[in-house]
Amino acid sequence: MTNKELKLKSVFLRKSLLKYIYNAKAGHTGGSLSCVDTLNVLYNRVLNVDPNDFKNPNRDRYIQSKGHCVEALFVTLADRGFFPMSDLETLCQHKSHYIGHPTKKVNGVEQNTGALGHGLPICVGEAISAKLDGKTHRVYTLLGDGELPEGSNWEAFLAAAHYKLDNLYAILDYNKQQITGDNSEVMNTDSVSEKLQSFGWAVKEVDGHNLEELEAALNSGPLEAGKPNFIIAHTVKGKGVSYMERNLKWHHGVPTPEQYELALSELNEAEALI
Amino acid sequence: MGIANQVVFSETMQQLAETDKDIIAVTSDSRGSGKLVPFAQKYPNQIVEVGIAEQNLVGVAAGLASAGKKAFAVSPACFLSARALEQIKNDVCYSDNPVTLVGISSGISYGALGTTHHSLHDYAALRAINNITIVAPADNFETEQAVKLAAKHNKPVYMRFGKKAMPFLDETNSDFEFGKGRIVRNGGDLAIIACGETVYPAWLAAKKLEDEHGIKTTVVSMHTIKPLDVKLLENLAENGRPIITVEEHMVYGGLGEACASHLMQNGYKNSFKIMGIPDEYTVTGSQVEIFNYYGISRDGIYKTGKKLLKI
Repeated sequence: MTNKELKLKSVFLRKSLLKYIYNAKAGHTGGSLSCVDTLNVLYNRVLNVDPNDFKNPNRDRYIQSKGHCVEALFVTLADRGFFPMSDLETLCQHKSHYIGHPTKKVNGVEQNTGALGHGLPICVGEAISAKLDGKTHRVYTLLGDGELPEGSNWEAFLAAAHYKLDNLYAILDYNKQQITGDNSEVMNTDSVSEKLQSFGWAVKEVDGHNLEELEAALNSGPLEAGKPNFIIAHTVKGKGVSYMERNLKWHHGVPTPEQYELALSELNEAEALI
Repeated sequence: MGIANQVVFSETMQQLAETDKDIIAVTSDSRGSGKLVPFAQKYPNQIVEVGIAEQNLVGVAAGLASAGKKAFAVSPACFLSARALEQIKNDVCYSDNPVTLVGISSGISYGALGTTHHSLHDYAALRAINNITIVAPADNFETEQAVKLAAKHNKPVYMRFGKKAMPFLDETNSDFEFGKGRIVRNGGDLAIIACGETVYPAWLAAKKLEDEHGIKTTVVSMHTIKPLDVKLLENLAENGRPIITVEEHMVYGGLGEACASHLMQNGYKNSFKIMGIPDEYTVTGSQVEIFNYYGISRDGIYKTGKKLLKI
């Protein structure tokens, strides 16, 4: 896949996740749009995973701690061949496995997540296990900035550094907003880079909508031998749809038919410019 | 007299680790109280210490289990089953990661350390979660069997062990499997269903009832609280004899209510008494003193038996 095709893929994934949120009349729109570039890069450039052999013990692990942005994950997995995209027509419907948070009933999903502050400790266990067995696969998690205040994250930050888990990559989808307001108003987590460095992590900051920067950071091998990797992806909540960007209304807003058409036309324009 | 069940737990872990490098103990600064110091010395690569951080303890254990390890997450039962409850619910049970959660110094083993250190809620809390087997072994035999079974069970298990040395109970049935109660004494006049460290006083009470009144009592170690051995329970209820349940747990939501619920919903009308810790500020004292105060003792269970039998 060329870099141009990868960029087109990001637009396609944005259109797809909006389509299924619009159909289901439910979803976490703003956060899915902020993290979908990261997912695109992970699944198309970084992760060693095979849709037809998902349980291969040597696969890279990806556990989405910010489970509520499942729509971004589902469209990425479907596009990568883990299941037919049309399955998502049942999103949030009675008896569908495609619910509002990731579950292992869906091919390609590693863990059931949704409660915040759970992904990283599980990844620490996965990464310790890989080290014990001398395996070289890597373990990735995606954290939301709104979930940083969960104490379990900080327990796991300590443990990952203690065990020198340089096979572990925690990516922060740093859109700086959460349901109630800006992070800085709700619970200030400023200086997150300094905080993580003081905990013994190697930290890299990137533009979370720049696919080349994301790929370089996520595919680099350990940033520093013997230290877990913390990738701060600076993102924009609602990225790609002008009226959704940085507008908290779209945390879990569902577009009206007119708004949906407007979003699609904006994304089509963006596509034409790539 | 045997030894404390949690010492047997540690010894069994060492036996298992000798031939299985996938056995991993995960501890939260709890290897001392979990009697795992010898295990850690012998198998330093098979213990993962997370410090005093129970949420991380269970999350890390879930990750290890997901990667194929036989993870035993060991922490005092009071903290494990309360502080890490969401991790147990989501990361272990809902995600079906086959962790064995080991609650040490359970119930009121910590005695005078007080309510912060008691686990009188764990059966109730965990019974309300799907996909977990809850086990409270009565003696050293059951403990060894339970740990060995958990290692190959490949599903979430919670087991709890106390600090007190436990006698070997009479065995009329030495088979052990999860979900099958173990009859440690037989008799048709009365049934006492107990679990964990309360099976021994139940057995002593049964002996006293026979010695002093000729009353024949069946005593069951209902080591698996969930799934409950409902077939055995129905067999016990069948001849209409009175039934007493005894547990080191609050009277709400534990073994007794599980038995009562099944019996009532299936038409049994036996006279029935749940013995445990009542819903009150728990009296202070050692485990034995607290047991005696609430009647979880030979004489307390004996008196309850006489009352139900109207003698």
